[in-house]
Amino acid sequence: MSALRRRKAGNIVMLSLTYVASVLATLPLLFILFHLLQKGASTVSPDFFTHMPRPVGEAGGGMSNAIVGTLILIGIAGAIGLPVGIGAGLYLAEKRTGALAMTVRFLSDVLNGLPSIVLGIFAWQFLVRPFGNFSALAGGIALGAMMIPLVTRTTEEMIRLVPNSLREAALALGYPRWRTSLSVILRTALPGIVTGALVAIARIAGETAPLLFTAFGNQFWSTALREPIAALPLQIFAYAISPYDEWHAQAWAGALVLIVIVLVISLAARHVTRARFGSSTD
Amino acid sequence: MIQPVDEDAPERPRLATRELSAFFGRSRVVSNVTLGFRDQEVTAIIGPSGCGKSTLLRCLNRMHETVPGASATGIVTLDGTDIYAAGVDPIAVRRHVGMVFQRPTPFPTMSIRDNVTAGLKILGRHAPRGADAEDVVEGALRHAALWDEVKDRLGESAIALSGGQQQRLCIARALAIRPQVILLDEPTASLDPLSTQKVEELVYQLKQDIAVVIVTHNMQQAARVSDRTAFLLMGDLVETAPTNTLFTAPRDPRTEAYITGRFG
Repeated sequence: MSALRRRKAGNIVMLSLTYVASVLATLPLLFILFHLLQKGASTVSPDFFTHMPRPVGEAGGGMSNAIVGTLILIGIAGAIGLPVGIGAGLYLAEKRTGALAMTVRFLSDVLNGLPSIVLGIFAWQFLVRPFGNFSALAGGIALGAMMIPLVTRTTEEMIRLVPNSLREAALALGYPRWRTSLSVILRTALPGIVTGALVAIARIAGETAPLLFTAFGNQFWSTALREPIAALPLQIFAYAISPYDEWHAQAWAGALVLIVIVLVISLAARHVTRARFGSSTD
Repeated sequence: MIQPVDEDAPERPRLATRELSAFFGRSRVVSNVTLGFRDQEVTAIIGPSGCGKSTLLRCLNRMHETVPGASATGIVTLDGTDIYAAGVDPIAVRRHVGMVFQRPTPFPTMSIRDNVTAGLKILGRHAPRGADAEDVVEGALRHAALWDEVKDRLGESAIALSGGQQQRLCIARALAIRPQVILLDEPTASLDPLSTQKVEELVYQLKQDIAVVIVTHNMQQAARVSDRTAFLLMGDLVETAPTNTLFTAPRDPRTEAYITGRFG
């Protein structure tokens, strides 16, 4: 009887601990969101999205250049990170045990853990210094390199979830191997891969360190790929360390917009995942 | 070992094996099997679990070699041509020798219609289009006795179908590329009795046009659907005979022991 009571008490204690832990896990996000809404919401107006930054001392203005810049950087990063990552993931899933596959898998895990500032310095060394100027292209490539290992590993995991019987069914119909991989395996795994891609994009959208030495930031309107370009995280950084109250307000607003962008992408990822796993019967 | 003799065999089977052996790595799972499969006949391959019947079946359309480490020796002829000869494309072989698996394998991202035409799409510009494609879909689904159940929802996802319907869809998909032989690997193992009955009726229809080879661990099923039966034990072909003969007057004591339920 006392053993049973002890087990029940232990159960309650452990349950409470996990409950507290799960609340603690969501607390930072909630705290940040509330704080940002408090500090930034009043500055976010239609103007914030459509206007350029104003000089110090003038009220109003926006971050249209930084918002567009971030979208351009995400575009370049996606154009590099998605095809390379998905291709590599497909290779890893199809050639599980080859020496090359093992090496690539290990290296992509290392790349995944690489501090992003290191990646930025490397991008500066090879993409900025030789050309003599900072550029959107260099920033996009640095972000793309960050995306590759994320996309590679999720693609591999998603493809591995496709049952082998589907591969066999396609081969037995006379599908060539490459066609089996593309039309059946990749297509079946696509919703999962899209989710992984969106998560990777959400992850790089807020990266600052790789852009410090590459995209550099730009006070003016620029969409040229070979020129320095503004980006939300850089603009937030620049405004936050400035001594002006107007700029501080702008930084809070920029942070709020950035976090909303990331939130929207994450929600889209969840939606795609649910579409995939909700409708399937097996 | 004495090769099984089969006096009733007509001269030229559609598909035939000679001294066929199959391996996983170094272990031999099928040993020197010589067997013929004729048009308008259903041949059942029976035997206890692990006797190599599925592997033997998978050698007949070169699916066996798609498993890493798997290999086969000997000869398999389709219309007199060795499908294991150098220069023969396994993809071409599989388009002549269709296959249906133990569990239904509809492509989950495709509609019912697209599943049926999946094997045709890879023909590229030679693939049938428009009205021709619709004819192929209807023909194959009618052939697989599924048309009446799905004709109003061809655009729906294939995974919305029941297990038995999915299996008949897979048979329709295999038939759409007009194979000369169809291989059925325990096609009713995952189905309920009613669906099983439908598939068995279908097997009877299929043999009107082509050669059918069915692997089954269910002896009643072999007795119901097949014209000839081959009994496999530990990778050896013990006996092959017209189904009636094999089940009523087996020549080999091991066959008798198996069909009377003394092992397996």
